[in-house]
Amino acid sequence: MQPEKQKTSLIRRVLQSISEAVLIPFLAIVTAVLIGGLIIKVVGGDPFVAYKALLQGAFGSKKAWSETAIWSTPYIFAGLAVALAFRGGLFNIGAEGQLAFGAVFSALIGYALPEWLGFDLPTYIHLPLAILAGALAGGIWAGIVGALKAYTGGHEVINTIMMNYIALNMTSFLVGGVMKDKNPLNVISRTPLIAESARISPIFTGLRIHWGFALALVMAFVVWWLLNKTTLGFEIRTVGLNPDAAKYAGINVKRVIIITMLFSGILAGLAGAIEVTGLNYRHELGFSSGYGYDAIAIALLGKSHPLGVVLASFLFAAMRNGATRMQFMTQLPVDLISMIQALILLFVAADAIVRYIYRIKVKGERVVLTRGWGG
Amino acid sequence: MDWKRFGFIALIITALFTAVVMVGQSQQRPLMIITSMLATTIAVATPLTLGALAGVFCERSGVVNIGIEGMMLSSAFFGWFTAMYLFNVYHWSLMACIVTGTIVAIFFGGLMGVLLAWLSVTFKVDQIIGGTVINILAVGLTGFLNRQLFFGKTSLFEGTVPSSPGVFSAIHLPITEIFAPLCKGGNLCLENMSAINRVFDQKPIAWAAIILVFISHYVLFHTRWGLRTRAVGEHPRAADTVGINVERMRYANVIIGGMLAGLAGAYFTIESIPSFEPLMTNGRGFISLAAMIFGNWTPIGAWAAALVFGSSQALQINMQIFRDAIPPQWAFLQQSYVVGLTPYILTMLILTGIIGKTTPPAADGVPYEK
Repeated sequence: MQPEKQKTSLIRRVLQSISEAVLIPFLAIVTAVLIGGLIIKVVGGDPFVAYKALLQGAFGSKKAWSETAIWSTPYIFAGLAVALAFRGGLFNIGAEGQLAFGAVFSALIGYALPEWLGFDLPTYIHLPLAILAGALAGGIWAGIVGALKAYTGGHEVINTIMMNYIALNMTSFLVGGVMKDKNPLNVISRTPLIAESARISPIFTGLRIHWGFALALVMAFVVWWLLNKTTLGFEIRTVGLNPDAAKYAGINVKRVIIITMLFSGILAGLAGAIEVTGLNYRHELGFSSGYGYDAIAIALLGKSHPLGVVLASFLFAAMRNGATRMQFMTQLPVDLISMIQALILLFVAADAIVRYIYRIKVKGERVVLTRGWGG
Repeated sequence: MDWKRFGFIALIITALFTAVVMVGQSQQRPLMIITSMLATTIAVATPLTLGALAGVFCERSGVVNIGIEGMMLSSAFFGWFTAMYLFNVYHWSLMACIVTGTIVAIFFGGLMGVLLAWLSVTFKVDQIIGGTVINILAVGLTGFLNRQLFFGKTSLFEGTVPSSPGVFSAIHLPITEIFAPLCKGGNLCLENMSAINRVFDQKPIAWAAIILVFISHYVLFHTRWGLRTRAVGEHPRAADTVGINVERMRYANVIIGGMLAGLAGAYFTIESIPSFEPLMTNGRGFISLAAMIFGNWTPIGAWAAALVFGSSQALQINMQIFRDAIPPQWAFLQQSYVVGLTPYILTMLILTGIIGKTTPPAADGVPYEK
């Protein structure tokens, strides 16, 4: 045996696996963008002008960069939420509802806590409390589904969707009723502004980008650390790969399922909490529409890896942010972006299509992401 | 379907009806309330019934179809768009427009079925992911086309909203006319009779759904096709060994399922209201799946479960009608947001299995590898 040769083959294998991990998403994006261009052509637009406007809108100036980062913040949190659940073999379609619930409770603590206490709190107490409230609300909302899955076998896919509708109804009820901004000029369903002490400060003066973005990156690292460097992370991944084997290995599968959903919900709740405390300073109905579903696409595109999620979030954020300028310049509706994103998701999820188009052979095993009703 | 389950269904429906009768009796006679509730229940259960049948066909052949919601939504859009386009541009008659629209909706549902089958049978993509792809694609596609075709510079009708052809009207069964002599001219009797008549005055897709329940039951359990479908869903290898083409059976059933979901989509824009709104299916595709599970993957059971969800929706509608009669201590029930939670909570309750466990087909969700 020559150790030298072994080493090179190892390096080659690592490189191969990296190219494997990056190649398919990359080709999926390219294919979706090409088809998107075709659609633009068909509806009478110029794809080059449209995509140029999109890029300018996303990265054309300091402000554009800042806005892209702002867009990416909830995507990173929600994408991590879905990715973490995927690693545990669970499909959390309910990030939308968990996010809305997190936002509502974060806003509640943000504006009502000083009133309840009768005195103002310093930022270093009030802000963490507001964020924590949102995270916990999201966590509990998802934890319920985890508990139902663990103890009754109720499938998390349908239950998280039902919890989405329940959350949207309940937040409409709360924000349109008891929590509605009492200002006589206000006619829309939204909460009052949160107190100054519950707000995240911007990183640079003059730009809207705030420290919540940095927190999102930190959370991506925390999730990576949790999954790869802790016993709990090992248990989550084992349950995700094979719950039966995990059970025989002595892992308390029920507990792990509940904890996975709880953490996933906390991440989604954080997405809502950070939007409220860092950007909007209140919760307004309808602000979150679509984050939950985009998060699924992001988690799949990022192959459920925290770093992949961050990169995919940037891509989606850039598209969303640039779309406004594209619409302004070319009159193409913003919804075009939803189409392209759906296509990206299609090609990433069904990587077999991409492999088929570009004639790439399958290497390694398929990763099981979800299971049928029985599992 | 066991008796315990049917008993539970009867219990829930009775409870929901009693609640509405108790609230509304100061304003209307109980018979009137019950018949109007029944009529609404059957009507709003239509997409759920069709969606659940779609699920039954797909899953009996071994393909989990979580994309029913997206299939409904895109069919609703394309069916409506066809009807509206023919009406405004070619000036077809109303009936011709909406019938063609319905056919296009069914066709488009079938097309989405082809996509799901292509993903899950040919490419063996994780079936739940495949369904989610269809759901997200449907939201993006209908949202984009709706905006692109009707708003903005390049819209089809130069930014004006075109007039809609309308919806199917109810098929009137002449029950009152036939049995009127029994009343001997009594006014109350005639009034009651026409109230009962209204329960049966359903629109065409609602009738089609009910008829399809029984056709599906016959096809699945009393024909060779049905036997093969179930064989492929329970034990594909055994089916393959005796010469059944597993892939072809799955393709066919998923396409049938897609067409049923397409008809359900037509209900939204061609039978219920004459317009399209983004996200208008509002989770009905997912509730259909719960109905299918609760109905233990049988057409008749799924229909019964769909009626439970239908009655909970009828409860919501009637609570709004009688909202002034709601006693003040129950004032929160006036909020449609609160009563609107019933179908969703019911779905979760049913999935817990406290009303009895159900068993999916053995190979449900498992791609078949030769």
